[in-house]
Amino acid sequence: MAITLTEAAAERVLKFLDQRGKGIGLRLGVRTSGCSGMAYVLEFVDEKDDSDMVFEDHGVRVIIDPKSMVYLDGTELDFAKDGLNEGFRFNNPNVKDECGCGESFNV
Amino acid sequence: MALLQITEPGLSTAPHEHRLAAGIDLGTTNSLVATVRSGSATVLPDRDGVQLLPSVVRYLPDGAHLVGAEASARAVSDPLNTISSVKRFMGRGVEDIERLGSSLPYAFVAGASGMPLIHTAAGDRSPVQVSADILSVLRQRVEATLGGELTGVVITVPAYFDDAQRQATKDAGRLAGLKVLRLLNEPTAAAVAYGLDHSAGGTVVIYDLGGGTFDVSILRLNQGVFEVLATAGNTALGGDDMDRLIAGWIMQQAGVSDAVGHSLQRRLLQAARRIKETLTETGTGAVPVSLELEDGRTWEGELDRPQMNELIDPLIRKTLAPCRRTLRDAGIAVDEVDEVVMVGGSTRVPRVRELVTEFFSRELLVDIDPDKVVAIGAAIQADILAGNKPEDEMLLLDVIPLSLGIETMGGLSEKIIPRNTTIPVARAQEFTTFKDGQTAMALHVLQGERELVDDCRSLARFELRGIPPMTAGAARIRVTFQVDADGLLGVTAEEQTSGIRAHIEVRPSYGLTDNEIETMLRDSMEHSREDMDARRLREVQVEADRVLEALQAAVQEDGDRFLDAQERAAIDQAAQALSTASGGEDHRAIKKAIEAVEAASAAYVEHRMNANIQKAMAGHSVDEFKR
Repeated sequence: MAITLTEAAAERVLKFLDQRGKGIGLRLGVRTSGCSGMAYVLEFVDEKDDSDMVFEDHGVRVIIDPKSMVYLDGTELDFAKDGLNEGFRFNNPNVKDECGCGESFNV
Repeated sequence: MALLQITEPGLSTAPHEHRLAAGIDLGTTNSLVATVRSGSATVLPDRDGVQLLPSVVRYLPDGAHLVGAEASARAVSDPLNTISSVKRFMGRGVEDIERLGSSLPYAFVAGASGMPLIHTAAGDRSPVQVSADILSVLRQRVEATLGGELTGVVITVPAYFDDAQRQATKDAGRLAGLKVLRLLNEPTAAAVAYGLDHSAGGTVVIYDLGGGTFDVSILRLNQGVFEVLATAGNTALGGDDMDRLIAGWIMQQAGVSDAVGHSLQRRLLQAARRIKETLTETGTGAVPVSLELEDGRTWEGELDRPQMNELIDPLIRKTLAPCRRTLRDAGIAVDEVDEVVMVGGSTRVPRVRELVTEFFSRELLVDIDPDKVVAIGAAIQADILAGNKPEDEMLLLDVIPLSLGIETMGGLSEKIIPRNTTIPVARAQEFTTFKDGQTAMALHVLQGERELVDDCRSLARFELRGIPPMTAGAARIRVTFQVDADGLLGVTAEEQTSGIRAHIEVRPSYGLTDNEIETMLRDSMEHSREDMDARRLREVQVEADRVLEALQAAVQEDGDRFLDAQERAAIDQAAQALSTASGGEDHRAIKKAIEAVEAASAAYVEHRMNANIQKAMAGHSVDEFKR
C-alpha cells in the first residue's frame, strides 16, 4: 500500500505550500460525483483527521482518508504540461475507465 | 486526461464545474492576465512565453485586426490604423481628445452623440471596441491555459476613474464575452498582491506611474481590512509623456518642426522609448540615437542619464503634488506612512525611485515586478469572488468615485457626500421649505461633480409628503445619505418637527444604458468655469422668483389700498421686465431688473411697513414706546 509522487509533482507541491504560507501537506482523495462515478480530490491540508493515513514522498506529506485509499492505492501523482495548461495528474492503476476528459473515473 | 489544481481544504469542485477566474490589468501600454492555480497567482504567458500583451490593436482593410506585438510592430508603417494607449480615451468625450492635440497620430471622428470614434481601415472603432479586442485576446489566452470557460474576471481600473470610464471598461469586458465580477481599484490590487492584508496593519501609499496614467492612493490596513483613505492622480500623465519629452528633445536637437508626419512621429516616439529603457537598465554612459528624417537627412545624437533626468524631472515632480494632496486629504503625515508600493513600468526609471524615496523618506516596495503586481492582486481577488476561498477572506473597502448630492432650488446640485469618501458612510444635511404652507417636497438624488442638475446623473426621485403647513423656511427636513459596503445608496428624508419620513434605495453604479454613458461622457468633462457662471445665473434666477412671488403676494393682499394706478403700472412694468430678464441667460441683467423692481416698489414697501407698524402701535401711547 503506497502513494507516490513524481519529483516534478513534489517540487510543485512544496512550492505551492510555501507560497500559501500555511498547511501541513496535500490531501488526495476521491468522492462520488461527476459523469463517470468518482472524482478526484486534491486539496491543501491545514488539519488532519485522526483516521487519516499519512505518506511521505520526496519531502511531501500526503494525507488520505481510509475510504479513498481503497480507490487510490498505488497511485502516482504527476505534474504535467499540456500546451499552455499545466497541472497535476493521477496515475491510478485501479481505474477501469474514465470519462472523456479524465476528471472522473470508475474502478 | 485532465490536469488538476490543488484547492483550498473542502473546496474541491465537481468535475466540469471548475470555478475558473482571472484578474486582468487592462493597462494603457501593456495588458496582462493572471490566475490563481494551486493557491498561487501567476501571470499567464502566451504560446511564445510572453506575458505582457502590448495594448495595441491594428485594424486591416479587410475588417480583420491584430492585437499586441504583431500590431505594434507595424505601428511605424501604418500609424493611422494602429491604435495604442486607448485606455486614455475610455469614457472620454471628443473635446477631451482634441485637447491632447497633434501628439495623437490617429484620425478621430465624432460619434453620433459625443462618443469619439477612431477612423481605421476596418471602419470606425470606439475606444470600448478597441479595448474589447485586447480583452478578447487575453480571454482566449486564459481559456486555452486553464482548459475551460471562465467563471468571471476582475478587471482593474485607476482608483479615480469616474463612472463613465468604469462603465466603458465594464462594457469592453462584456463585449469581449467576459463576465466582469468586479472592477477593482489598481492600488487595492497592488496591496493585495504584496499580501499586505496579512500584515498587522498600517498605512500604505501606492505610487502607480504607468504608461499613461498616474495614481497615488493611501490605504489603511486594519486587521486584514483595506480602507482607501484618499486617492489622487492625473489621468493624463505617464511614461508616454516621458517618451514625448525625449522625442521633443530629439526634434529640437534635429531641428525638426512640430508639424511632422505620422510616420516620423511614431519613429521619434519609438526612439525615445528605447533611449528611456536603455538608460533605465544601464545607468552610465550615453545612448546613441540615429533617426532618418523626412527630408532624407539622418540625424545622430546621444543622450545620457543626467540629461534624461533633467528632461523628465518636471514630469516626475508633477506626481509629487498629488502625493502631497492625498496625504493632506487622508490627514496623514509623511512619517506616518508605513509602506510605499511602487506600481507601473515607469517606476523602474531610477530617477522616479530617487525622487519618491526622497519625498516619503523611506525605502520603497519594489520586489514584485511593477508591471505584474496589479494583475496578480486582481487574480487573487477574482479567485475569492469566484468562490475558491473558504470565506470572503478580505473585505475591501472602497471610495465613492463621484459625489452624491441632491437637487436644490434653481436646478443646482448640493453635494452631500463628496467624492473619494470611503464607504460605508452616512451623511446628513438639513433643508427647508421654499414656500409658505408647503406640504410636500420632491427630492432628486444626483451623482456627479457638476454644479447644475442637468449636468449630473439623475439616480432617483422621491417625495416627502405630509409636511405640516408652516411659513417658508420654518420646516426642518433632514436628508440622510447612506452608502453601505456594497455601494448601495439609501436616502432618507425626515421632517424633524412632525417625524414624517420617506426613504428610497438606489444603486449608483448600476447598469447605465449606452445613451446614459454618452451623456456621462460629456458630463464628466471639466467645465468648472461654465459651471460657476451657470450657478451664478441660477442663484439670481431663484432670487428673482422669490422677489416676484413676494411682490405678487403683497399686491394681492393690499395693493389696492396703497397703490394708485400710476404706481401700480410702474411696479407691474418692472416686475414684467424682471420676469422677462429671468428667462434669459444674463445674470447681470437679472440682477439689474431685481434692483429695478426693488426701486419701483420702494415707496410701496415703505407704505406697507408703516401701515404694519401703525397697526402694531394702534391703541398704545407714544410714551410707551419712548421708554
